Amino acid sequence: MSAKAARFPKTPAAIGLTLFVIAWMVLVIILPLANVLFEAFARGVAPYLTSLAHPDAISAVKLTLLVAAIAVPLNAVFGIAAAWAITRFEFSGKGLLLSILDLPFTISPVISGLVWVLLFGAHGWFGAVLQDAGIQIIFALPGLVIATILVTLPFVARELIPLMQDQGTDEEVAAVTLGANGWSLFFRVTLPNIKWALTYGVLLCTARAMGEFGAVSVVSGHIRGLTNTLPLHIEVLYNEYDSVGAFAAATLLAGLAIITLILKTFLEWRFAGELAAHRKH
Amino acid sequence: MSLIVSNITKTFDHFPALTDVSFQAEPGEFLALLGPSGSGKTTLLRLLAGLDQPNTGTVQFDGIDYLALNPRDRRIGMVFQSYALFRHMSVAQNIAFGLTVRPSKERPSKSEIKATVERLLKLIQLEDFGHRYPSQLSGGQRQRVALARALAINPRILLLDEPFGALDALVRKDLRRWLRQIHDETGVTTIFVTHDQEEALDLADRVVVLKSGQIEQIGKPVELYHRPQTEFVFDFLGSSNPAPARVDGDTAHFDGFSVPVISATPLNGQKTTRFRPFDTQLATEGAGFKAKLVSVLPAGPSLRLELKGADGTLYEVHQAHDSNAADLKVRDTVYIRPTKVYAF
Repeated sequence: MSAKAARFPKTPAAIGLTLFVIAWMVLVIILPLANVLFEAFARGVAPYLTSLAHPDAISAVKLTLLVAAIAVPLNAVFGIAAAWAITRFEFSGKGLLLSILDLPFTISPVISGLVWVLLFGAHGWFGAVLQDAGIQIIFALPGLVIATILVTLPFVARELIPLMQDQGTDEEVAAVTLGANGWSLFFRVTLPNIKWALTYGVLLCTARAMGEFGAVSVVSGHIRGLTNTLPLHIEVLYNEYDSVGAFAAATLLAGLAIITLILKTFLEWRFAGELAAHRKH
Repeated sequence: MSLIVSNITKTFDHFPALTDVSFQAEPGEFLALLGPSGSGKTTLLRLLAGLDQPNTGTVQFDGIDYLALNPRDRRIGMVFQSYALFRHMSVAQNIAFGLTVRPSKERPSKSEIKATVERLLKLIQLEDFGHRYPSQLSGGQRQRVALARALAINPRILLLDEPFGALDALVRKDLRRWLRQIHDETGVTTIFVTHDQEEALDLADRVVVLKSGQIEQIGKPVELYHRPQTEFVFDFLGSSNPAPARVDGDTAHFDGFSVPVISATPLNGQKTTRFRPFDTQLATEGAGFKAKLVSVLPAGPSLRLELKGADGTLYEVHQAHDSNAADLKVRDTVYIRPTKVYAF
């Protein structure tokens, strides 16, 4: 039960401030998004569909989905492991680990891409070794995946840690005394308790993984039909003055964002009590 | 099949949580671990459950070295102050949990599990609540479910960690009586941690009093109450008043009167003895500790009077509602005479 917050009186200043916030959001979010749709259909529906059916566009969508399909599950596994370690065990350096976990949020995505080029690129530390072994990481799928993983690393863990801290270890300890082994402990006690927060974290992680531009741009090499994800594909088209193509592809990303928003709102509304971000007590 | 705890020592970062603790729980016994917070009673319970390991010492049950056993193999039913029910499982699923997580070879059949759950639901008088979820239950109901869940694994020992700590006074008392009844029906050796001396004395066959990680006294409630061996036990089990006296064997001599003294060993010399608020007589004149009445608390089974001695000592004295004390007024001068004192 949340205590009812004391309400501010409705003064002209309060009304003015609210109107300002709404106007600002229309100006910087709603209008530009509407413009994406407008530009995409500027020459009608047929050119819109044609540009989406272009092999490069289809390949970009497939690659984006593939990268997310690899990066998100790995981040989910890592997120659960990190949240478990941080909330269930005492060890020195925990604070440091938490700060490092936030690093991908604060660091520029360009750096998150560049570090991999410096490590695995042709002139990077391991460049020669990898080349001899015939393994290509940069300008290929593995590079896109690790860059995406780095950028989206904290989403799941950050969602789970406060919730698991809040829930405490009592239920798990009880399960152990009742004879549960590690496996049943996790799948029958821990996971059911965190499933909605996990879904929420995975959702945010997926949205970010699909929309990521900066880090992916550095490691991609922009090879059309091969290493261009959807955001990179948009840039290429835009730079070539194919505005219908660029905005058509952009509607896909924007659509994805709106679906994410709807799912996120649904989760927050339906499972408020089980999400760390909206604790009820 | 007794539980034998020998010479347990446990330190946390050089802080001694338990020092050389030894006791024994007989089969079917109801044992209370009583002590203030920080006395190490919960640490001791966690060691028994296998959630922590002691630095030195042994724990044996029926000849088995319990410290070598994994917590999930100890078959110890544990009940927590916070209930720790699985929030996403129904009451019936909670109770069945310990049986359903057994490896398939040892797992009872579905119908056996169902029968066990029904039997336990009946025992805790929640027959129609099997399909409910913990969040739909009151605190007292949740704790009963937690107990049923612990009993479902047919535990060798039942451990209860401040089981009634989160409940209000009336429910507490009710559950206390009920717990004792369940224990007498099931006959499970039960160890139960509390900081509430009334709860411990009411419920337990024997009480282990802990202070700062060390055992102060082990005994039946009546022994503890009437023959406390240390000042701590005396003070912890009830209100206590100080009384400096010259002790001479079984008699304590005060200025103008003498009373019997209770002590573990014969004592002689100048001692600060102690007496209970109800082992007293009040008079407006004569021998006794001169004191001024500070306040009268009339609610309760007896009149509770707070008095302040000439030297600043505070006394608590209980008198019958129909005694002369009822006529006293605040700031009246009275003389307090203990009828018996304890010395350590």
